[in-house]
Amino acid sequence: MSELAGKAIIIVGTLFNLFGCIGLIRLPDVYNRLQGATKCVTLGTCSILLGVLISSGVSPTGMKALAAIIFIAITAPTAAHALSRGAYRAGVPLWEGSVVDKYEEEGQ
Amino acid sequence: MDEQRSGSKISRGAFVFGVTLAVWLLFTWPFAPIEWPMIIAGALVAILSGVLLGEMTTRHPGRGLNPVRYFWGACYIFVLAWWVAMANLDVAFRVLHPDVPINPGIVKVKTDLKSESAKTALANSITLTPGTMTVDLSDDGHLYVHWINVSSTDVEEATHQVVGRFEPILRRIFE
Repeated sequence: MSELAGKAIIIVGTLFNLFGCIGLIRLPDVYNRLQGATKCVTLGTCSILLGVLISSGVSPTGMKALAAIIFIAITAPTAAHALSRGAYRAGVPLWEGSVVDKYEEEGQ
Repeated sequence: MDEQRSGSKISRGAFVFGVTLAVWLLFTWPFAPIEWPMIIAGALVAILSGVLLGEMTTRHPGRGLNPVRYFWGACYIFVLAWWVAMANLDVAFRVLHPDVPINPGIVKVKTDLKSESAKTALANSITLTPGTMTVDLSDDGHLYVHWINVSSTDVEEATHQVVGRFEPILRRIFE
């Protein structure tokens, strides 16, 4: 039973990773792409690890998967934050369809 | 004053020691049969990390001992998991839609959270939730947020929509 549930969650995680990759191709600029990539790939990868945790239970493998979930959930958004700020500082422009840029207006 | 400072230095080091040792024990699971050399090696490295990195960590290590904060931390995991799931369905909808319906921009929002850890957690939570990603944090408590579907450029309104989900619960955990 837990084997089956684990596999189902792994499949859902793989699907979300796929959506993240599609987003990477279809979205227009660095910032939008980072959004798609960060959100979908974080949930996708965490789901795959959660599937491993469920199917292997309280075991050495399961505990390492749990630790990896915690690390990914903390580091992925931090990396996205660093990349977007770095891109902005390096002068990568927003997509021409963007409606507002408070960051530039405030002269940061 | 000096005594107080050194006391806080030791408790900060102890905080790092506790976290490091907990992670180590998670990695070396299971404990049966108990392997003392492994645990002692982990404890030694944890002491070293505590001595070297105690300076860089939280300014209020005593807050780590309050069980009420852990209760709210557990609630926060469920709140975050719900919004992360929503965020992913939102992004999946936008990238699979033939027209790619986005309306992006960078807005400014305000936060009343004071401690560094609370601000970090808020910035990370915003990045993981529907359509928003933190770009920068100013010293006076403003966040610059890239929003994939801007519905309001007003600071107050954007704050209500972006920050309002997490601020109350993060205040209970970190402040």
